Amino acid sequence: MTIPRFWREIPIRYNLMGSKCPLCGTVFFPPKEICKICRRVSIDQMIHEKLSGRGTILTHTTVHEAPTDFESQVPYYLAIIELDEGPSVLGQIADCTNGDLAIGKRVHSVFRRVSEDGVSGTIHYGYKFVLDHSR
Amino acid sequence: MREVAILGTGITRFREIWDKSFKRLGIEAGLEAIQDSGIQGKNIDALFIGNMASGLFIRQEHIASLVAEEVGLTLNNTPAIRVEGGDAAGGLALAQGFSAVAAGIYDVVVVGGAEKMSDLPGASIVETIASSIDQEWECFFGATQPSLWAMMARRHMHDYGTKREQIAKIAVKNHNNGSLNPKAQFPFKVTLENVLSAPPVCEPLTTLEAAPISDGAAAVVLCSLEKAREYTSEPVVIKGVGLATDSLALHDRMSLTTCKVTSVAAERALNMAGVNIKDIDVAEVHDSFTISELMAMEDLGFVEKGKGGEAVDDGITKLGGDIPINTSGGLKARGNPLGATGIAQAVEIYHQLKGKADSRQVADARFGLTHNMGGSGGTAVIHVMEAV
Repeated sequence: MTIPRFWREIPIRYNLMGSKCPLCGTVFFPPKEICKICRRVSIDQMIHEKLSGRGTILTHTTVHEAPTDFESQVPYYLAIIELDEGPSVLGQIADCTNGDLAIGKRVHSVFRRVSEDGVSGTIHYGYKFVLDHSR
Repeated sequence: MREVAILGTGITRFREIWDKSFKRLGIEAGLEAIQDSGIQGKNIDALFIGNMASGLFIRQEHIASLVAEEVGLTLNNTPAIRVEGGDAAGGLALAQGFSAVAAGIYDVVVVGGAEKMSDLPGASIVETIASSIDQEWECFFGATQPSLWAMMARRHMHDYGTKREQIAKIAVKNHNNGSLNPKAQFPFKVTLENVLSAPPVCEPLTTLEAAPISDGAAAVVLCSLEKAREYTSEPVVIKGVGLATDSLALHDRMSLTTCKVTSVAAERALNMAGVNIKDIDVAEVHDSFTISELMAMEDLGFVEKGKGGEAVDDGITKLGGDIPINTSGGLKARGNPLGATGIAQAVEIYHQLKGKADSRQVADARFGLTHNMGGSGGTAVIHVMEAV
């Protein structure tokens, strides 16, 4: 069991809040203070932008050997998703079985319990993704 | 800048070693290297140690002082420096030792790499290995190092038609090589059937495609080429060093099927050495997973992007092939004590270039290359070596 960590207080993890560089138009998630393409000239220029949570599976895996906090969830499904606004994120795909996943399938984000520190420890919430056409 | 030579090497056997401490492993490898090189303790100007996670594995930081004390280097208060960069720690330590000698700051340095992984339960080891990927945006969601490589494998198969069997054959090849290496953790062969039918780690990869949990240490003695000639008529020279860094998180990188750190670091090291990749006779690459070696074959430039699978089928990376890779058995069969790996790779190439690799010997090896990587591709270190 651990004490709560700093990111529990960071809203972007729950809201999919990114940032956009007004100079080159690149969208970042998590939000960046400076654009890694435009660098110096982008300081103080970055605009916060809420992401739609919609995207496409670039690749995926089924995890069988997990870290301690995730051992009870095995097997679970991870994917890298290219969001419609540009940036890619890693997340779990929920409410599916192994055969449902494929590169190119469309997904959208949902708010879920991600893990917990032991039976009486802190519960960690965040986004997961579900297939657009499941159930 | 001065030319830098490797004067001697030492390595422990890699395996789960229950009766030896971190300190003991480091000393064994270090003393073997010092004896092999012919130098004396009083000649050592500095000690560099590559180590990834001693704080998490054995709850000990400040290990440079710990090891220096045990080998008697505290008598002269010899500088000892730990270097960390995920599982590229060993290669980075070698690069730091090289730079210090090349710059003329020190004449003789010992560079060691060590890791003691087996003192934790299995799931905690998975977590500790995952400390070299992004905690906040990967591990938080249940990602582990194998899960990231599995996703790269899946995408490689999708984009280039790479076959599952082609990827798995790399484990068979590395076990064949390991069976010829008395220091290997797994000195035995496996069949393609064994690899494919082993339990899955993260689909599509199986447990027989992942480097094992290992304890172990390796060390090399570096000195200026000029000084090396006082000790040997056939020194091995580090001709080129290339380092590169990319985003820590896999999803932040430009490609899921290329490790750009590898191609960039290779270009830097080869340019510095004035050597073409086609001139390399033998290479040790970072096969933390079978797919890692397949992608490294392409990213280093041994084969075109997307042709790695075919090249495996053609057997070009086997002993006796055009470019033998991981003659030691690689991370897969020799073992992968994280911080020790980059140094173990240099030890193997040193033996190959000296003609001392016994039944694993690559005939007339003149140029060798080591490729050490951190995490899922956040860091890469390449060394190009030549027997002169």
